[in-house]
Amino acid sequence: MKISVQRSLLAGAASLGVIALIYACTPRATTRSLAVGDAASRVYVPPGSYDEYYAFLSGGYSGQVAVYGLPSGRLLKVIPVFSQFPEDGYGYNEDSKPLFQTTYGFNPWDDSHHPELSMTDGVPDGRWLFINANNTPRIARIDLTRFETDEIIQIPNSAGGHASPFTTPDSKYVVSATRFSVPIPNTDVPIDSYKQNFKGTLSFITADQPGKMDIAFQILMPGYDYDLGHAGKGPSNGWFFFTSYNSEQANTKLEENASQNDKDFIAAVNYKRAEECVAQGKAKAAPGEYFHNWVDSGSRLAKSEKKSGVKLLSPSDCEGVVYYLPTPKSPHGVDVDPTGEYIVAGGKLATVIPVHSFTKLQKAIASKAFDKVIDGIPVLNYDAVMAGEVQKPGLGPLHTEFDGKGYAYTSFFISSEVVKWKLGTWEVVDRIPTYYSIGHLMIPGGDSKKPWGKYLVAMNKITKDRYLPTGPEMAQSAQLIDISGDKMKLLLDFPTIGEPHYAQAIPASLIKEKQVKYYQLTANTNPWVTRSESEGGITRTGKRVDVKMIAIRSHFAPDNFEGVQVGDTVVFHVTNIEQDWDILHGFAVLGMNTSELILQPGETRSLMWLPKTPGVFPFYCTDFCSALHQEMQGYIRVSPAGSNVKLVANVSKKAQAQLAGDAAKQR
Amino acid sequence: MTKISRLLLALASGLTLIAVNLPLWRVRLIAPQYPEGLGMEIRAHTVRGATEHDLRSINALNHYIGMKPIEPDAIPELRFIPWLIGGLGLAGVIVAAIGHRRGVIAWLSAFALLGAVGLWDFHRWEFEYGHDLDLEHAIIKVPGMTYQPPIIGSKQLLNFTATSWPSSGSVLLGAAFLLGVAALVVAQRRVVEKPRSLEHAA
Repeated sequence: MKISVQRSLLAGAASLGVIALIYACTPRATTRSLAVGDAASRVYVPPGSYDEYYAFLSGGYSGQVAVYGLPSGRLLKVIPVFSQFPEDGYGYNEDSKPLFQTTYGFNPWDDSHHPELSMTDGVPDGRWLFINANNTPRIARIDLTRFETDEIIQIPNSAGGHASPFTTPDSKYVVSATRFSVPIPNTDVPIDSYKQNFKGTLSFITADQPGKMDIAFQILMPGYDYDLGHAGKGPSNGWFFFTSYNSEQANTKLEENASQNDKDFIAAVNYKRAEECVAQGKAKAAPGEYFHNWVDSGSRLAKSEKKSGVKLLSPSDCEGVVYYLPTPKSPHGVDVDPTGEYIVAGGKLATVIPVHSFTKLQKAIASKAFDKVIDGIPVLNYDAVMAGEVQKPGLGPLHTEFDGKGYAYTSFFISSEVVKWKLGTWEVVDRIPTYYSIGHLMIPGGDSKKPWGKYLVAMNKITKDRYLPTGPEMAQSAQLIDISGDKMKLLLDFPTIGEPHYAQAIPASLIKEKQVKYYQLTANTNPWVTRSESEGGITRTGKRVDVKMIAIRSHFAPDNFEGVQVGDTVVFHVTNIEQDWDILHGFAVLGMNTSELILQPGETRSLMWLPKTPGVFPFYCTDFCSALHQEMQGYIRVSPAGSNVKLVANVSKKAQAQLAGDAAKQR
Repeated sequence: MTKISRLLLALASGLTLIAVNLPLWRVRLIAPQYPEGLGMEIRAHTVRGATEHDLRSINALNHYIGMKPIEPDAIPELRFIPWLIGGLGLAGVIVAAIGHRRGVIAWLSAFALLGAVGLWDFHRWEFEYGHDLDLEHAIIKVPGMTYQPPIIGSKQLLNFTATSWPSSGSVLLGAAFLLGVAALVVAQRRVVEKPRSLEHAA
């Protein structure tokens, strides 16, 4: 008995030990790996000091662009682009509404994917940032002296502007390709007539003249899904490369039906050749309505014009304009290395990273190494154009950027990592996990001729346990990785707005000295500008009442208005007459059904208000502007329709003095 | 007067003439809200901001304390100061041309007088702006507080540190005065020491 007790105790202890051993051996996610060594000091930007880079991250489904400083990961600004932004009245005030005009009407939202800096000679120059709207295809230009959206052009004959707005090395063009093929022109046809009726387009949009973006020409393509693009550079200057998937031309369950073919295609477009054909009249005049919207610099009013008709070029009418490069498998990103020789594809389901050679591509064209021809587009032989394949790189390759030192960095969604490999030898030299499931990655200038190869930003799709939990939805997470040495080092996590897809970054020195600090009041050509207190007032034209007033620390003038009636349309035109950096004022009136106005120094903004009931309605400054900000307020009186209350604005003491002065001058 | 003496005086006159177009005094204002600073430049003919809209901003801020706006058109001195300095310069040229030692003394005396009166007037002007406050309409009233910036040096005026220094124009005027003195000294020495050599030369 004694023995058996001892035995069972022993057996119990042994089995506990085994359980403990098994438990210890269970693989656990190693997600909390710490940033190593001096990471904290590498990303620490002391108070009052500046970051080294401006990084522009797309806002994804927020429709905007977020500007971060690197290496700190501090959010500097959200630039509203494709979505209304009540924070400053963008898309709500009368001035900016025309920017949202499309052939589908006023579009208050879109999905912004790919920020793209303008370039000179293949290097980002800090003039403008372009970004695409994915849902209703459009491209916006953001001016980088003001960090404001200045221009938006709609892309006709297109659906899903995903391969956009990648730019040529001189920013002569930005491009947009249809993610969704559709009937062109779009008409009412059965969906299962996809193979006969659906087409893709590649659009080239002139981009180097602010306020004058236009559709230069479109190339009509077989009905695949065109996904991403990049321009050639150096020897491949004059070419553009677009990935496509769904060469199966499925119109349902693409998840399965568009994953059948071993290889889909990269479309290599010789756009100089396209220019020749267009000049020779080989493009057809095709229908296609679109809006071009831009901001007039003097009045800061957005304008809108509807345009009609595009030049549509069929590859069969222009020999040598497009070639297909077979590429495994459902390729997503297509990235051209800094020398312009290598074209790297990210086949979402591929087990290798295929790299095409531009030299080989030219030889294959010269020797007509074609497998077949699709709708006038020769398909080049894969082996004839392939420079090499990176073997066993990881799972789910998506995007590649370059450090300018002979290395490429590819993001892997499924295996959630960044893999560093060497151009030319195609060997993997380093890998680092990302948290979790990286989409795009970005190196400042990493898609240009001269990357600033110091940092890499990973933009991850899943966040989970990286930050304090905030309910079912977590902010998306970006990660800063040091790539200055042989081994990549994780430096920093930072949360982002919306869903950043792609990003671009540029040394701060190329932008920061060019910043506008205020708008010259003397150059303000807004028809409703009020330059001094004495110019304010209230006027009626039928049922419309216009209120003109100034805002200055710490008052509006005039600030009392009477004579408005229920049923009137009241438009407040407020001018911030400060001429001083970062002195903003705001404006909001009780019960308004729109957003506030935020007024930058020297600017006029107009807000529409439809008073519905009689009463006295206060308005106030919404931006804490000065010590007496709380005193910056006024009243507008609303009387019943047909009332005989006189239309009147009060006259401030200063306005009286100004008026007396003007009168004296006239005498 | 000797050649050197005349040359020195001519140089002094030249500097005086150049000073007409240069800032005479600078006032710099730094506050927590203005880390970049606001600045005011006093020139012979005008008062203006260090950057385009600084004066506008200074006036906008001054309305809180009931200070009168600084309007260059309303400052009568600015209409004749350029003529006084310019006249001084021209007079120097004439004195140098005539070459009479007593002329130099007269020129220096006029210079010193104008300089002293100018500084006194500048002080008076600053005093008036700093003290003549519209307390009835002033928004911020601090009992006993006045807002006169110093002529030279720094002073705390509420949230602003005002620092005042002579600027390039005044430096040139100072140099011109010293050159004038040098011209007088040289002329004096020659008169005392060299009568014989002059006779020889004759």
